[in-house]
Amino acid sequence: MSTEYNGYITTERIEGATDGPLVDATVAVKDNISTEGVRTTCGSAMLEDYVPPYDATVVERLKAAGATIPGKTNMDEFGMGTTTETSAFGPTENPVAEGHVPGGSSGGSAAVVAAGDADMALGTDTGGSVRAPAAFCGVVGIKPTYGLVSRYGVVAYANSLEQVGPIAPTVEEAAQLLEVIAGPDPSDATVRDATEERGADAYDYTGAADGDVDGLDIGIPMELLDGADEQVTEVFWDAIDDLEAQGASYHEVDLECLRYAVEAYYVTAMSEASSNLARFDGVRYGQSGGYDGNWNETFARAREEGFGEEVKSRILLGTYALSAGYHDKYYKKAQDARAWIKRDINDALDDADVLASPTMPVPPMEMGESLEDPLKMYLADANTTPVNLANLPAISVPAGETGDGLPVGLQLVGPAFGEKEIIRAGSALA
Amino acid sequence: MSDTDRVVDPEEVRHVADLARIDLDDEEVDRFTEQFADILEYFETLDEVPEVDEDEELANVMRPDEVRDCLSQAEALDNAPETEDGYFKGPNVS
Repeated sequence: MSTEYNGYITTERIEGATDGPLVDATVAVKDNISTEGVRTTCGSAMLEDYVPPYDATVVERLKAAGATIPGKTNMDEFGMGTTTETSAFGPTENPVAEGHVPGGSSGGSAAVVAAGDADMALGTDTGGSVRAPAAFCGVVGIKPTYGLVSRYGVVAYANSLEQVGPIAPTVEEAAQLLEVIAGPDPSDATVRDATEERGADAYDYTGAADGDVDGLDIGIPMELLDGADEQVTEVFWDAIDDLEAQGASYHEVDLECLRYAVEAYYVTAMSEASSNLARFDGVRYGQSGGYDGNWNETFARAREEGFGEEVKSRILLGTYALSAGYHDKYYKKAQDARAWIKRDINDALDDADVLASPTMPVPPMEMGESLEDPLKMYLADANTTPVNLANLPAISVPAGETGDGLPVGLQLVGPAFGEKEIIRAGSALA
Repeated sequence: MSDTDRVVDPEEVRHVADLARIDLDDEEVDRFTEQFADILEYFETLDEVPEVDEDEELANVMRPDEVRDCLSQAEALDNAPETEDGYFKGPNVS
């Protein structure tokens, strides 16, 4: 069951258990999450024929909950993109906005949900890759607190930033899916037990989707509105009005640190990528570089053939940022910026229940528009990247449409392990 | 930025590609040279970021070092482009 908007890379069905909370649901899975016996390509020619010998922990949990996996979804190669146009299997088109990108990098996951070809989906979010496509396709996406969901079996791009997150038509369904995948895993030592942070009912996310925002205090970082498209900010303020009408109030906050989030994110993510993707040498798996010449020559050939342009670019920039003479200038300064962002966002959350902004500062781009100028594409991540740098949870909910009928998302950011706060607030809108 | 004080030149792109073990064709070198100049210039704004001390509340997570089930040799070799006598086949080391 392929789709005309190219949402799936592989459509092999995987059946889950015969009962469980998701027994009637289809849950599509992003193609960088390992599925035993079903190829997992990461949207890359490098892994075109790679078939994992084991399931990712989140896939084991989906199957145990009774979910049927209808296929593996298209994505930017190795998660590196904001538009799902860098896939070696061709771009995904936005099913609700013809001629436009679905957002990325989990664009296939959001697209199949928006089109009704899957009930729900899993994506991964390293700098906005669940929230951006959710916003552009008019569905709900959650980026969990770092350490809420196991990353075991997820092909690494930037380990210190990424989490697996749910995408669904409503906040309640996204919350239900998050409940299934969250929780400690002996195979991922970075996962924490949320009950130790938030008490016995810490994982009752579905119950939190009650839409009760009476008394909710919303902080709005004005830095995230400054550079945003006017059509987007109009929809954003309408959504805030809606929340106010339901009993919430808001105040403006000033977070100067956010001006450096995109730079800090890209330096950090590229540096981690340059190290993580060193494993692709074409010997144990992936595109082979052949056997002519020495070790270095064949590896370099495998990587030239297997990686697409954006992946090469990020590995090279990461290698540069970590190399002798540049480490202090780029990588170390990016870590200073990350610590600053973490500290100041957490301070702002001491004075507010949640922080709100447009998820994306722009409406969905036209297909092909952002490929020529990567820097322009990076700047579209201005509102999502601070959340990953600060290890916090965030949700994107549909806020409305521009005059041209393009979806706009509202982002709500909560304190660490405060998934229930953002689910409750988000469920007042969707 | 003028050509004389550009952040990155083609030689530097080739050098980094060599460190990262990725062959590039001439066209890619030219395109990356141009793009990297813009991107690195943008990254320069990090110079304005103050030094920030971080109180990390991190704890090591340890587990007993016990033998557990793992992939069989055949499973581990299944995705290899070539194998020989139950081993991965790699290129010459030197």
